[in-house]
Amino acid sequence: MQTNTQKPGIGKVGTKIFRQQIFIPIAALLLLAIFNLIRDPSFYKITFGYNNLGDPVLSGSLINILDYGSELAILAIGMTLVTAASGGQDISVGAAMAISGSVVLRVLCGTNTRPETLQAPIIVAFLVSCVVAMLFGAFNGVLVAYFKIQPMVATLILFTAGRSIAAWINNNELPIISDPSFGYWGGFIPGIPIPTPFFIAVACMIIIALVLRFTNLGLYTQAVGINESSSKLNGLNPAFIKFLSFVILGLCVAVTGFIKVSRFSTINYSVIAKDIEMDAILAVALGGNPLGGGKFNISASIIGAYVIQFLTTTLYALKVPSDALPAYKAVVVIILVVLSTPIVREWLNNLWKKMKSKQIKEVA
Amino acid sequence: MSANESSAKSGLGDRFKNMTDTNLLLTITIVVFFVMYIGAIVFQGKGFLKPQTFFNILNANAALIITSCGMSLVMITGGIDISVGGVVALVSMCCAVYLDYHGGNIFVAVLIALAIGLAFGIVQGFLVAYLDIQPFIVTLAGMFFARGMTTIVNTAPFNVQNEAFVALKETRVIVPGLGSVNKNGVYVNAYIEIGVIVALLTVIIMFCILRWTKQGRSFYAVGGNNQSALMLGINVKRTKFLSHLICGLLAGVGGFVYFLHVGSGSPSHASGMEMNAIASSIIGGTLLTGGVGNIAGTLFGVLSLSTIQNIVSSAGLDKAWWTGITIAAMLCLFLVIQSIVMSRKKKSR
Repeated sequence: MQTNTQKPGIGKVGTKIFRQQIFIPIAALLLLAIFNLIRDPSFYKITFGYNNLGDPVLSGSLINILDYGSELAILAIGMTLVTAASGGQDISVGAAMAISGSVVLRVLCGTNTRPETLQAPIIVAFLVSCVVAMLFGAFNGVLVAYFKIQPMVATLILFTAGRSIAAWINNNELPIISDPSFGYWGGFIPGIPIPTPFFIAVACMIIIALVLRFTNLGLYTQAVGINESSSKLNGLNPAFIKFLSFVILGLCVAVTGFIKVSRFSTINYSVIAKDIEMDAILAVALGGNPLGGGKFNISASIIGAYVIQFLTTTLYALKVPSDALPAYKAVVVIILVVLSTPIVREWLNNLWKKMKSKQIKEVA
Repeated sequence: MSANESSAKSGLGDRFKNMTDTNLLLTITIVVFFVMYIGAIVFQGKGFLKPQTFFNILNANAALIITSCGMSLVMITGGIDISVGGVVALVSMCCAVYLDYHGGNIFVAVLIALAIGLAFGIVQGFLVAYLDIQPFIVTLAGMFFARGMTTIVNTAPFNVQNEAFVALKETRVIVPGLGSVNKNGVYVNAYIEIGVIVALLTVIIMFCILRWTKQGRSFYAVGGNNQSALMLGINVKRTKFLSHLICGLLAGVGGFVYFLHVGSGSPSHASGMEMNAIASSIIGGTLLTGGVGNIAGTLFGVLSLSTIQNIVSSAGLDKAWWTGITIAAMLCLFLVIQSIVMSRKKKSR
C-alpha cells in the first residue's frame, strides 16, 4: 500500500486521510447517505411515537439501521479477531446463533413450549447460551488451531449441522415466550426510546476496547496473523491465540443470538440469522481489514457493520425482495474485494500517475 | 523413523507406510464404503441386497457425482468452490422457466445450462487465478449471487409440463440381469436414469484427464506446491483458471442432470449440495491442502455419503435434522483422520 510515497506537496493531507484504514467504510457510508438524500429525503425522517405496549419509541430507517446494525457490529468484533488470527473466516456464525438462541428458549421454557411464566431467570438462560456458544466456538477453534484445517472448511461442519442441532435442542418445536420482560433486550426498555441492542453493542465495544487496551491480545493476534512461525519463535503460542479468537467469537455469537430471539420471542430454525455470515464477513472486508490475516482495526469493522446495514435498508427501501438481497450484496463484495487486491491497486495507481503526468504536461 | 526399523517390521505395516498419499486415502475410502454397505445389509435387512436399491442411490445422486468431480478437481488444484449448489439451483430454475413458459426445446435448455455453468466458471476462475483473491470469498459471493438470482428469475417452485422434457425424464435405461421379483411375483427390471450415464461418463473422462494427460498432472503439481510447479514451467495461473472453469462447467451439467431428476424449478433446490460435494471429495481422499486426490475416490465418497443417508432414513430416524448432523459428523471424522494421517506421515519421513 506504499502508493503515494514519492508524491510531495499538494495532496498531502488528502493522501494522509486516504491512507487511513477507516477511510474506506466512512467513504462508503457517505456515498450511501448522499445517494439516499438524492433519491428520497424522507428516508431520514425519524418519528416519535408509542408502540403497542404504550412505551415511547423512535422509529424510522435510521433507527432501524442502528437497531439491526448493532447485532452485526457485535459479530464483526469477533469476526475481525478470527480473521486477523487465523487468516480465514468463520462461516458458521448464523448456524451458531440459531443454536444459542434455541438454548435460551429451551432454558426459559423448560419442558413446556408455551409457558405462562419464565421457568428460569433470563440471566441464567443467557449465561447457559454463552457457555454453549463458546463450546461450539471452541470446537471450531480446535479444528482450526490444533488439527490445522482451513477455517472456512472447518466451520463448514457447524454450518451444515448447526440449524439441525438447533432444531434438535427444542425437539423441533417452536416455543413462544409471552413474558414481555424478555422482549426488552431485542426491543425497547420501557421509557427509553432508543432500541436496546444499540446499548448492548456499545457495552460490547467498551469491553473489547478495554481488553485491547489493557492486555496483549491485539498485539499477539496480529503477530500470529502476520507470521505464525516467527511469532512462535518469539515465544507465543499461535495455536492457543487462534483457539482463543474462536472462543471470543462464540461469545459474540451468544450475545447476538440472544438479541435475535428476544426480538421475536420465538425462533424459526431455518430462517433465523440467515446469511448473516455473509454480512459479518462483508463488514470485516469493508473495514479494510486484510482477509488473509494480520493487522486489524476493530472500529473500522464496526463502522463497516453499520454501513452494511445501511446498504440493506437502502435496498429494502428500493423495494428489493428479501430473497434477492444476497445477489446484490454478492456484487458489492466482489467489487470491494477486487478493488482491494494488490494487482488492481497497482494498476489503478499507475493509471492515476499517468493522468497526473498528462495534466502536468498540459499545464506546461 | 530409520530405514532399519521400518524394514524389520515387514509385511502389511511396511506396505502401508510406503503407500503414496493418494492410494492410502483411496484405500481408506473404499474400505469404509464396503464396510458401511455390508453393515447396512446386516442391520437393515434385505432391502440393501436388491441391486435396485443401489441403482436408486445412483439415480438420486447422479448430479452430486458430477458436481463432486468438479469440486475434487478444484480441491486438487488447491482451491475450493462453494458456489456449485447455487449454480445447480439457478440452472434448474432457468431451464424450468425456459421450458415451461417459453415452450422451448431441450437442446437449447442444455445449452442454457452449460452457458450458465461456464459463465460462473470463467468469472470465478478469473478472479481467483488472475486477481489472486481467496477462492473461498469469491465462490461464497458466487453462491449468494446464484441463490439471489434464482429467486429473481422466479420465486415460486413449479413443475415443468413440457412434453418432450417429461418424456426424457421418464426414460429408463434397463440394466440386464439384475432385476428382482417383487411382492406380486412379477419380475421387475433394474433400471438407471439417463443422468447416471452422464455421471459415469464424467467420472471416466475426468479420471482419464487427471491420470494420463499433461494438463491433468499439472493440476496435481500446482496443488502440491505452487512454487515448484512454477519452476517446472507450468502456467500456474492458467491451470487454476482451468480448474475453476471445468468445475463451473460441471456444475452446469450437474444442474441439468439434477433438473432432469426432479423435473421442477425451485429456489430451495440443491440446498446444501456444495456441502455434500465437498464432503464427498474429502471422504474420497482429496486433501484440502491440494495436490492429493482421486476421482475414483470421489465416486466412492458420494456413494458412502448417500449410503449413510439411506441408512439414516431407513432406520426410522427420519427427522430432518439427522441427515445434516450425520453428514457433518462424518465430514468431521474424515477431516481429523486426514489431519492425523498427514502429520504422522510427515513425522515418519
